[in-house]
Amino acid sequence: MKTAYAVIFMSILVVFLFTAITTLHPMGYPGHTEMDDYFIKNAQIEVGANNVVTSIVFDYRGFDTLGEATVLFTAVISVVALLRGVKKDEE
Amino acid sequence: MKSDMSTIVKTVTDFLFGFIIIFGIYIIIHGHLTPGGGFQGGAVVASGFALLFVAFARTFLDKKPQQLYGLFESVGLLIFISLAFLGIYRTFFYNFLANSGGLFGMKITQGINPGYFNTAGVVPLMNMAVGFEVACGLSLIVYLLYRGVIEEGEDGE
Amino acid sequence: MNSYLAYFTALLLIIMGIYAVIFKRNLIKIVIGVSLMESGVNLFLVALGYRQGGIAPIYTMAPRGHQMVLPTPQALTLTSIVIGLATTALMLTLSILLYKHYKTLDPTKIRGLMK
Repeated sequence: MKTAYAVIFMSILVVFLFTAITTLHPMGYPGHTEMDDYFIKNAQIEVGANNVVTSIVFDYRGFDTLGEATVLFTAVISVVALLRGVKKDEE
Repeated sequence: MKSDMSTIVKTVTDFLFGFIIIFGIYIIIHGHLTPGGGFQGGAVVASGFALLFVAFARTFLDKKPQQLYGLFESVGLLIFISLAFLGIYRTFFYNFLANSGGLFGMKITQGINPGYFNTAGVVPLMNMAVGFEVACGLSLIVYLLYRGVIEEGEDGE
Repeated sequence: MNSYLAYFTALLLIIMGIYAVIFKRNLIKIVIGVSLMESGVNLFLVALGYRQGGIAPIYTMAPRGHQMVLPTPQALTLTSIVIGLATTALMLTLSILLYKHYKTLDPTKIRGLMK
């Protein structure tokens, strides 16, 4: 019974994703590119970096990177806490 | 179970470790000019440390380096947040060094150029801080997971 | 049809990941399924920002006369990769802890309160 539910759920998901993909713009011809064109045009003058992706990651979207670094830090702290506790327990 | 790998692996690790670390540092400090950056270069450096842990398990599993790695990781994150706060007189994450003429402040015009290292303001410094953090954090994760699995193997024997 | 190929590859990866998460009875395989889903989402994001004949958005020694692909999806994909790595590490740690406690990786056998 559980397997039947899972199969039904997966088929609904496949149909949904398939219709979603076929209604997208074809690959290689994105629709609205005003923001990215601004970044490509002005990143060298405003930030000075040749690498536009880096200037987005560390300058235009700095908050995003701050959250990303915090998530990584939290994951490392969690791994340390979990595995260290087991070590002490066994000794 | 807690033993080193064969002589071949150890010799190759001796030879390759420096090159992997140098390559990772190159990716980190040229993050504003070439593909790469702090996260990618940090992952490369961490892969070098992972090779070291696997090849010399006997040496490193007794050393308990997690406090050092944790300290360096926190220092990297703190440097990153401090650099973001230094531009607080305009906005948070304000790039106060770009186009200033000083450190990393060379002005460039829009267009294709061969790549000047002294550009991009705080972006290279942030790359270094984040690279430091990611290298130490990933090394710590790899070390702890490896030690956990090894201890499980010992337990099962 | 050819221009939709990357989207279909992403769909295939996501479906494979969901299949592994739902039907597999091993925690390591479930973690692999989640990683497959992340790969599919990353591929989908990068494919959304592709421009026909575009080059990477980096001005160092770039060839002249080409358009550049959109940089924002690539930056977001970088964020997604790092967060996926963090979640994978956390899931593997929890798998190790569960195996140490219950001596099995089968989630259907873990359900009870056996010690």
